[in-house]
Amino acid sequence: MTIQQSTHTLSVHVANRPGVLARVAQVFSRRGFNIESLVVSPAMDGKFSRMTIGLSGNPDGLEQIIKQVGKLVDVLTCVDHSDDSAVVRELALVKVRVGVEKRTEVLQIVEHFSCKTVDMTETSMIIMATGASEKVDAFVGMIRSFEVVELVRTGKVLMARGDQPT
Amino acid sequence: MTTTVSNSQMDGAQALVKCLEAQGVEYIFGLSGGSAIPIFDALVTTGTSIQLILVRHEQGAAHMADGYARATGKPGVVLVTSGPGATNTITGIMTAHMDSVPMVVLTGQTITPMIGKDAFQEADVFGLTMPVVKHSYLLKDPNDIPRVVKEAFHIAATGRPGPVLMDLPKDVSSGAFKGDLNPPMNLPGYRPERDININEIKTIADALGRSVRPVILAGHGAMIAGASAAVQQLAETLNAPVTTTLLGKGVIPETHPLSLGMLGMHGTAYANKAVVECDLIMSIGSRFDDRIIGQASKFCRDAVRIHIDVDEAEINKMIHVHHACVGDAKAVVEELLKHVSRQDTDEWLRRIDGYRQKYPLRYGRQGGLKAQQILDELYKMTKGNIVVTTDVGQHQMWAAQFLRTVRPNDFISSGGAGTMGFGFPAAIGAQFGRPNDQVWTIVGDGGFQMTLCELATACVAKLPIKVLVLNNHYLGMVRQWQELFYDDRKSGVDLIGNPDFAKLADSYPGAKGFTLKRSADIRKILQRAMEYNDGPCVINAECEKTENVFPMIPAGRPLEDMLIDRPRTKLEKPTGST
Repeated sequence: MTIQQSTHTLSVHVANRPGVLARVAQVFSRRGFNIESLVVSPAMDGKFSRMTIGLSGNPDGLEQIIKQVGKLVDVLTCVDHSDDSAVVRELALVKVRVGVEKRTEVLQIVEHFSCKTVDMTETSMIIMATGASEKVDAFVGMIRSFEVVELVRTGKVLMARGDQPT
Repeated sequence: MTTTVSNSQMDGAQALVKCLEAQGVEYIFGLSGGSAIPIFDALVTTGTSIQLILVRHEQGAAHMADGYARATGKPGVVLVTSGPGATNTITGIMTAHMDSVPMVVLTGQTITPMIGKDAFQEADVFGLTMPVVKHSYLLKDPNDIPRVVKEAFHIAATGRPGPVLMDLPKDVSSGAFKGDLNPPMNLPGYRPERDININEIKTIADALGRSVRPVILAGHGAMIAGASAAVQQLAETLNAPVTTTLLGKGVIPETHPLSLGMLGMHGTAYANKAVVECDLIMSIGSRFDDRIIGQASKFCRDAVRIHIDVDEAEINKMIHVHHACVGDAKAVVEELLKHVSRQDTDEWLRRIDGYRQKYPLRYGRQGGLKAQQILDELYKMTKGNIVVTTDVGQHQMWAAQFLRTVRPNDFISSGGAGTMGFGFPAAIGAQFGRPNDQVWTIVGDGGFQMTLCELATACVAKLPIKVLVLNNHYLGMVRQWQELFYDDRKSGVDLIGNPDFAKLADSYPGAKGFTLKRSADIRKILQRAMEYNDGPCVINAECEKTENVFPMIPAGRPLEDMLIDRPRTKLEKPTGST
């Protein structure tokens, strides 16, 4: 039997307290949902944090998981933004081993994707890519034709458009 | 000797005791140990009126607090030490969590600089208990104690109740307290109450108005909300029958003409048949547990399904419903009452009565002493005016079937968790909470042996609890499954080595043992037990060894596949879990 998988992005507004991440993560792991990306940082008011969770799994269980996360004592809101009009961005740092001879070629790609070089040595450079995940994916796909030494991505952060709360 | 303490020289533990007093705590069920000593000391130095009930094993403390909470509706309080003391309570915490019981568990912890360094009797109790608590705290500052106590009791008792744990490092409980004893709570993410959606109520009322074969399913949530009177009024207004879950027993009196008793795996045949044939089922505070619905995809397939629950996460969890209303059961039902009227259900009730006549709960009289007969007689002698706790297994189901419950909070059983060893300590807690009621605990010989060390606890307090051991020398429910589904291959169910429970009771100071072997002696022995009130008594009832519980719906099968009696053909192994 194949289980239908789908990807979702949740925004969870939580009280900034010890254990809250473990409590939220536990709801997902108990139901067999795999967290693919997770960003936690202080919200506007330092007493609260914002989690943006990218995940995949059987969509049947998701409605209940969202409710279960929502009812945790330290969680203020848990909203699925998968279908919403929301701005989703992520950032990637890519370290490429590249000498003088191919540097121009790499810089052309950097320019095309509106990336930035944030470090450069005789033999390597670090490129910072920002944007929608698909754009970052496309950039990473292109840059892989060079010698990529390290790749670090932040995971998605998200904000609802217009008057909608996140 | 007690010494008076003023706020200026209190330590954390003394502040804790003051805060527990402010919450109206009467009893603490607990067992001491190194890192909890400051708190036990504060129970003396504050001169508090809170009574410490010293248990013999920490699991017992948790079940006592649970039984106290279920019998009174007030949170039960547990106090144990760190490490093994705390981990011994986890079964009890899980039991309370599964059945939505308000409880506050105080655990000692090693001093804060030693946390995470494998100190003596250190365990990550905050982490270990996280999946089985409603909420938990690891305290770092004595001055936080009053706020956390206030929040813990509030969280435990409101919304869908549950256990809350406070892990208290020894340097926090013995550190100087300089804070405010009555600070405000700080729970920005906790909203147990919500406004009832009137449109949802009207939609449900419309659906009820179109139904000619309705069934009301009342669960523990209705009991917790104090919705008993409202549910009974709703049933009478609609002229609709009511079935209950195991934990819903007593939401409406089981002597009421509209009561169908319990449904599900070992429920009454007429309750299950009514659920199979209804055109509308409305759950009030049940979570459509797997032992009720059997096979989820076939449960009330063609009926209108309605769910009223205080916990939004229960809606559409087990079965998909057509209409739902999230809110406190009492508030929702009282609002619903404004919008409903009597339905033409006479034909439906006649049909159900036909099933009631045709398939009553029954048992064979031939052979040895029948557990069912003892319970039947106990019910007839007491008219249900007793508090009953049970353990888990065959005796639990017979107790649910034959001891009709006529008042809320009178039938206390580990439903969701199915914790063997629960019954007896829960009875101790219930007796502390309800000193003027007669408390019976119905246990099997297997489960009783898990927590019978608490006989000492009951003796010290001279609690007149009646322990009825339905002794079949087997782990009977598993033996029944092995007989029915595994070609009667018995594996790990034979309890050779049982003690003589009556003699065992006699060996405790103030306890008394009785032996029951013949059905002719049932009333006489039960009567003697009722008359013995100087301490606990234990009736060792030597029952028919291979009696089975019927009706039975094999796990994972639809309600239509109910077995009224012992089947003549071999059955397939059940697909459901338990």
